[in-house]
Amino acid sequence: MENWPLALAGGILIGLSSSLLLWLNGRIAGISGMCGGLLFPRRGEFAWRGIFLLGMIGAAGAYMAWAPGALQPRIDFPRWGLVVAGLLVGFGTRMGNGCTSGHGVCGLGRLSVRSLAAVATFMATAILTTAVVRHVLPGVL
Amino acid sequence: MTRYLLSALGCGVLFGAGLAMSGMTDPRVVLGFLDVFGAFNPTLLFVLGGAVATTMLTFRLILRRRPVLAPAFRLSALVRVDRRLLVGAGLFGVGWGIAGYCPGPAVSGLGIGSREALWFVPAMLVGMGLYELVARLMRAHVAARNAATSTPDALRR
Repeated sequence: MENWPLALAGGILIGLSSSLLLWLNGRIAGISGMCGGLLFPRRGEFAWRGIFLLGMIGAAGAYMAWAPGALQPRIDFPRWGLVVAGLLVGFGTRMGNGCTSGHGVCGLGRLSVRSLAAVATFMATAILTTAVVRHVLPGVL
Repeated sequence: MTRYLLSALGCGVLFGAGLAMSGMTDPRVVLGFLDVFGAFNPTLLFVLGGAVATTMLTFRLILRRRPVLAPAFRLSALVRVDRRLLVGAGLFGVGWGIAGYCPGPAVSGLGIGSREALWFVPAMLVGMGLYELVARLMRAHVAARNAATSTPDALRR
């Protein structure tokens, strides 16, 4: 783990972003909620979500373009795995009202019991799923 | 309104920079954290730890006053830990554990030229639409049932 200072600094940046959005705009920085809000827009709620996501996409791209050591893309992962995972992540985050950012970073930050329950649950099923995919059924993905 | 949108843009930029800097846009790093029975990689713990430590410090202070650019905070009013929350979070975790993408890093992947994001993100949006469809059908079903059971009551009066 040679990159832990960068990981910590990046995490603090994410926390600062969430803090500023709450302090200035009064909103929770939940990425799944923003995507859902773009898909089913309500009056006056579309633009800020779209512009936040565009800023996020642009900044991630700019960082990767300038940072040393370009990311080597993963090339051996099957497309059907991406599609199945995407369907589950989309369905599950709308059903459970949030993901790693909304429940994890923001929900835990405001000491929400609901978010703590959600984080414990998705961490547990994610660890279990990774264990099954990598160690019980290796070669499936 | 302009300041509201500019602040959303700035926050998005910080968020995306944080995700990219911390290595979260690489699904192998994320799966390395989730793989506690294999080649465990603790990176995500530092990222989530740094982020949550920050929000725990700041949110308490922020929530004491009103937001700067809005009349009030918009927080979820839900408090009950119910089946919908747990099943939803559980399904999300399964998807996260399969490919190593949660929504933030997946959407950011569109900016770093990830081919995987071009498959994952549309599938995710379809999944969100599917849930909305199921939820609307369920609501219609419950409403129809309530209407059916409440009619005799109304007649009795």
